[in-house]
Amino acid sequence: MPSTNDLKQRIEGSIPGARAEVSDLTGGGDHFRATVIAPDFAALSRIEQHRRVYAVFGAEIGGPIHALSLETRAE
Amino acid sequence: MSDNPVRDAITEAITEHEIILFMKGTPEQPRCGFSARTAAALDALGTEYAAVDVLPDPRIRAELSGVSNWPTIPQLFVRGELLGGCDIITEMYESGELAEALRVQAPADAPQHAPAAAEPGAPPLQIQNDLVDRA
Repeated sequence: MPSTNDLKQRIEGSIPGARAEVSDLTGGGDHFRATVIAPDFAALSRIEQHRRVYAVFGAEIGGPIHALSLETRAE
Repeated sequence: MSDNPVRDAITEAITEHEIILFMKGTPEQPRCGFSARTAAALDALGTEYAAVDVLPDPRIRAELSGVSNWPTIPQLFVRGELLGGCDIITEMYESGELAEALRVQAPADAPQHAPAAAEPGAPPLQIQNDLVDRA
């Protein structure tokens, strides 16, 4: 079961310069919310920013990570 | 037609309906909080939309994510383009961008924050669930 810290480290490790805050929405270890701030997002639309974060987890989204609610911005 | 009738039906539905929401459950009986919240934002703007329940057939969700390059449900398409999932639609509702994208005027009594779920007594919706009928 992924922890909030696992998710944070994977996001920050995959997206250059990213800072992530991750919380567990239900306490059940499968519904998360992440706020991700990354300079690279400045060049991306909101949809593309979310896709970039979802891409960190691939098929885990909808599997072990049932839900990942996102707020993204460039700064 | 390709040899993938589910994918064909999805792309056809996205093309045919100006506003179409793929969700878990129906606007009246959503089966997931994120789907409920997204449908409620549309309802609060008083807009008509088509809705497709992805739950009856797992192929719908799998093929939809292939078409949209978006891994989660709900997904709202407007004029053939993915506008967003629950988070983006909620943000856009609150900033006024959603009404703009849907080309509607937000009703004067629309709540400032996206409603948490569909309100009882909301106006009836136009639902067309072509995919399930054909699957």
